[in-house]
Amino acid sequence: MITNAAPIVTRRMGYEDSYTLSRYLETGGYDGLKRALTMSREEVADQVNRASLLGRGGAGFPAGRKWSMLRAAPTSYLVVNGDESEPATFKDHLLIERDPHQIIEGALICAYAIGAAQIFIFCRGEFALGLERLQQACNEAYRIGAIGREIFGSSFSIDLVIHPGAGAYICGEETALLESLEGKRGFPRIKPPFFPAVQGLYGAPTVVNNIETMSNLPWIVLNGGDAFSSLGEGSSAGTRLFALSGRVNRPGWFELEMSKTTFRDLIFDPALGAGVPDGRSLKAFIPGGVSAPWFGPNELDLGLDQDAVGKAGSMLGSGSVVVMDESTCVVRAAWRITRFFHRESCGQCTPCREGGGWLEQILRRIEEGEGREADLDLLMDVCDNIAPGLTWPPQQTTICVLGPSIPSSIASSIRMFRDEYLAHVRERHCPMGGHR
Amino acid sequence: MTEIDVSDSESLPTVSVTIDGSVFKARPGELIIEAAERAGVFIPRFCYHPRMDSVGFCRMCLVEVSSPRGFSLQPSCFLHVAEGQEVITNSPKARKAQEGVLELLLVNHPLDCPVCDKGGECPLQDQAMAHGPGETRFIEQKRHWPKPIDIGPLVALDRERCIQCARCTRFASEVAGEALIDFAFRGSDIEVAPFALEPFSSYFAGNTVQICPVGALTAHPYRFKSRPWDLEQAESTCEGCAVGCRTVAQSSAGALVRYLGVDVDGVNRSWLCDKGRYGFEAVHASNRLVTPLLNSGEKLEESTWHEALFAAGEAVREALKEHGPSSIAFIGGARLTNEDAFAFVKLAKSVIGTDSTDAQLGDGLPAELVLGLPRATINEATNARVVIVLNQDLREELPVLFLRLRGSVVDGSTDLIDCSSVPTSLSKYATTVRYVPGDLARVAALIAGESNIDAFGLDQGQIESAKTVLSSAGLGADGEGLVIVCGRGDLGESASVAVSAAVTLHRLFPKARFLSALRRSNVHGALDMGLAPGVLPGRVTLEEGGEALVRTWGSVPNERGSDAIGTLESGAQGKIKVLFTLGADVLADVPDRDLAARAFAKIPTVISIATHHDRTTAAASVVLPVAGEGERNGTVTNIEGRVAPTTQKIVPPGVAWPAWMVASEIARMIGSDLGFEDHSAITQEIAAVAPAYHGVNLSLANGDARRAGVVVPVGAVAIDIRSPLLDPIATPGISSVEEQGAPMRLGKTVAAVPSGDARPTTPGGLQVLVRALGAAPVVTAPKPDSYSYRLSVRRTLYDRGTLVQSSSSLAPHHAPFGLRVHPLELARLGVSDGEELMIRSPRLAHRVNVISDASLGRQVVVLGARNEDSGAFGAFDLIDARELVVDVRLESI
Repeated sequence: MITNAAPIVTRRMGYEDSYTLSRYLETGGYDGLKRALTMSREEVADQVNRASLLGRGGAGFPAGRKWSMLRAAPTSYLVVNGDESEPATFKDHLLIERDPHQIIEGALICAYAIGAAQIFIFCRGEFALGLERLQQACNEAYRIGAIGREIFGSSFSIDLVIHPGAGAYICGEETALLESLEGKRGFPRIKPPFFPAVQGLYGAPTVVNNIETMSNLPWIVLNGGDAFSSLGEGSSAGTRLFALSGRVNRPGWFELEMSKTTFRDLIFDPALGAGVPDGRSLKAFIPGGVSAPWFGPNELDLGLDQDAVGKAGSMLGSGSVVVMDESTCVVRAAWRITRFFHRESCGQCTPCREGGGWLEQILRRIEEGEGREADLDLLMDVCDNIAPGLTWPPQQTTICVLGPSIPSSIASSIRMFRDEYLAHVRERHCPMGGHR
Repeated sequence: MTEIDVSDSESLPTVSVTIDGSVFKARPGELIIEAAERAGVFIPRFCYHPRMDSVGFCRMCLVEVSSPRGFSLQPSCFLHVAEGQEVITNSPKARKAQEGVLELLLVNHPLDCPVCDKGGECPLQDQAMAHGPGETRFIEQKRHWPKPIDIGPLVALDRERCIQCARCTRFASEVAGEALIDFAFRGSDIEVAPFALEPFSSYFAGNTVQICPVGALTAHPYRFKSRPWDLEQAESTCEGCAVGCRTVAQSSAGALVRYLGVDVDGVNRSWLCDKGRYGFEAVHASNRLVTPLLNSGEKLEESTWHEALFAAGEAVREALKEHGPSSIAFIGGARLTNEDAFAFVKLAKSVIGTDSTDAQLGDGLPAELVLGLPRATINEATNARVVIVLNQDLREELPVLFLRLRGSVVDGSTDLIDCSSVPTSLSKYATTVRYVPGDLARVAALIAGESNIDAFGLDQGQIESAKTVLSSAGLGADGEGLVIVCGRGDLGESASVAVSAAVTLHRLFPKARFLSALRRSNVHGALDMGLAPGVLPGRVTLEEGGEALVRTWGSVPNERGSDAIGTLESGAQGKIKVLFTLGADVLADVPDRDLAARAFAKIPTVISIATHHDRTTAAASVVLPVAGEGERNGTVTNIEGRVAPTTQKIVPPGVAWPAWMVASEIARMIGSDLGFEDHSAITQEIAAVAPAYHGVNLSLANGDARRAGVVVPVGAVAIDIRSPLLDPIATPGISSVEEQGAPMRLGKTVAAVPSGDARPTTPGGLQVLVRALGAAPVVTAPKPDSYSYRLSVRRTLYDRGTLVQSSSSLAPHHAPFGLRVHPLELARLGVSDGEELMIRSPRLAHRVNVISDASLGRQVVVLGARNEDSGAFGAFDLIDARELVVDVRLESI
């Protein structure tokens, strides 16, 4: 069921000039910040806690809890993660290009609530237009006194720095992002310490939050945490931005109330995905980004709910849904995803560095008609060596979760479509006509 | 369940950990991999290295560890032990994880073991056998790169073999402090690489080769020289400098081919510098002396031991008869073993009766100062609250001491004060005080809080900063917790300045300890043996030790002789008839070359006991070839006073003898007998007659001391609590011959050495002498006049000395020759960088090319010691040993 909940983070998207300061101010821009500045830090944090806002970066960690874990220290930082680089994920891209002021306002509210000394927005380097608009928005915000000394006449002062990434997917991992921000190689940090809230940027306690998480804050402050948590259900409160792609008639972004909307709604409702093209049937879909295990038609009636999807053996992750229809070659799909992870491995941990490349080569061989039946067990066993047990969530034996993400698509596609893999091997070519 | 205690002693707290079903008491804060290892459970590993921070890259050490949420696979190199923790290293799950990682490591690793230098001593090979799946299922294309590329002058990298363990990159940045190599690219394309315009030219590059767990990094001196199973090895002590790093000397087919560092906690912790690691090449150089030589009147001609010894004995007998014992003198001996040095001391001081012996060449410090100051060990220095380094560039002189001190400063456990006339390798880690050469003693007195010292011309702010460090560091009363490193870092500054600085600090901080930075390999052993005027074996003066020694030796000189400079001055006046040079190139290495040349012109008989042809052997009447490093057995003593064995691995070339044998034979020629049958007889006599060495022979026979050595006086200092274990994965190659197959080590319980300071507190004669020196006024040099520059003469690790020039791998890398001058002064002189000008000292004027160096003070100019131009002109031609400092004029040509 699609609810008629009003959009929160995309409410300005109808305007052609949604990214401009004038449009932002006309539509209630910076009112959230002004309101927050009349409240105490604790009151702001309390509203966010009441909102039950889950982090929108992929892991879905409650934002309020993350803030409260911040180690007491003379200096702490806020880092906004805008390094969205995963295939099929494009929600932050939209927010950065179309509503940069909303991100900045949210970041200022967050920085005020946690008492940060400085804000860094780490933005994917390939977002050329986004970076330009974000920087423009930052300059404008300085000009109107929203950033800088004594913001809007209050005693709150802070600086904000926009930092372009250098083209590595791994820098979306928060500790790799911090290393990169410090000017080092984008290597994820080994844990413990488990959280940047304990030891983050330059060793200081740091909150790392996603772009979409920040974008929700002005609305939450203005409308109250309870108004937010009344949307959705249970822990999956509020609305959420979904990126729909693949074999659907209307790919794109949709902000939907969580839990109450189902995957079937998202993919088939005429106002949303509008179904699979050319009358073909849905074969499989990825519910939360390419690091998530795949679902089949049986899971279509699951709600867009973090817990429900988790219980069913996958994740809502970054909110990007990829649809495959009966003409999609699953071997090719799994190979393309594996190739991405192989190319983006940072190279620290052996399983990810070497395993990704090996799996990619096997999958390519099968897709090219050079596979052996034994390769299926080999794929599963190498996957098992990267993420022992092939459980969900994966048992992590590497420094970050990139490695354990590799087996997701391979293991779930072999489990669901073993026959199609075997057909590749037996017919010595791709039966979907993909690769000759 | 068995219960094994692997903690150090009962007094320290422990945590109980269950490893594979047995309960162990481990040290709090210890890594699981370490605790397991000491408990006898070996967990496979590649990136983990006990002397560097863990990074958890390779994932080979995954084990099952209990937690409130059940067992999970965790890297044991990164997880610390916790009370009640349960660790399973060999469950099916853990084994599958380990085998899985090993199979993945081999995915891109070429199977070129038959042509790989590492094959046979390779941690990847060994652990693939012990902890791998047995065969690979990988049938795809491996990664391909061009085979070895040079990443530095000595080191080659085969990127195909690299398993990305980050040991080399961590060593470079973490241990050496020179991040000249790092990873480039990412994923399976990741590779170790130097930076575009900077080769990996570090003095410590060889360590990366030693710790590489595969054959990715190889060093040119050893590439394709031998196979591990053809190597024979012996533990020994490096004789490259006076730090005394413990090494393994490895030979194949009768030739030395490789040196590896051994992990001894108190000394080198497995690291070596490249001079120590590759300097052994000098042993096989073409300029080695292989037969005795006699001067026929026109030139040196090959001779026999019989003839040469007879000629030497004849000269000594005649000099004794005509001119008495004071006409005979000995210079050198710092490159001999303790046994060799002792034999020559016995020959000189007992048989001949001369006290004119000096292991140093006018380039060191007086023996009474080195022997009389309270000593620190290296570990005491790295644990000190504050370390003051007096005008030494330790990376150039004692490289591994630099590594150790740098480590303790970077850890934040030690504050460093660097007093130097030029910036040094430690300056960036230190509170620095700069001055013009000659002012060191004034600087020392001022930072120690002496009030009646004129601070004119010194940087008041820097002195105040140093004083603040000293006052705020939490030193105990009388400077307890302070260690002072002193030597002769600047040969342009007279020894009396360094002496004055040291004794002043000793007077103001009586409980501070000193670490000598004298550089030649066994100079401290030679001084301990009495190879200096006024002292006898075992750190006693002529007066206090003479009586006891007469009972064994028959006689000792009754008056003090001359040091090297005094001997050469007497020689120049015609008073020296026979001069023995003991492994020392007196003509080249004495800082006042003019004096040495004048002396040699007047001394009728120079008997040169040496390993290599050099300027001095060329001018000698009799040349006697002796065994060098790796060719002789005995003991050596390092800067701390640590006595450790040096071991014979190969036979000396030609008919060269151990030096002690030469001393014995010369004694025989003049009708006496030193009474030595072999080197161990000398070790025993040293232990019997040299007070500081009492019991040293017995201590060295103990298993642990055979590896770590023993600091004399025996029992005076508690060190090396942890028994060093040979780690075949941390240091591949050392035990490959003895331990073929799966690497496995057993931990053992080590009794703690009784702590507490048991050092003798009653001052001996040397301590009295040092106190007397301290009573003298602080030495102050006059300011240079407005037309002069003050010359600082500094050593570099790769100089043009005999050892480096005879090592084919090191010789090409000595620093370029040139006079370093501040660019503003060059502008004033109208000379550009690289051009020539005239340098004029009272001794000499000579053309010299200049190197612009903005890091220098404007009144200071710098030349390298033993770093001559093509015409053999160098700093030593400008120095007058009688002067406090060397002032030079610079003139454009």
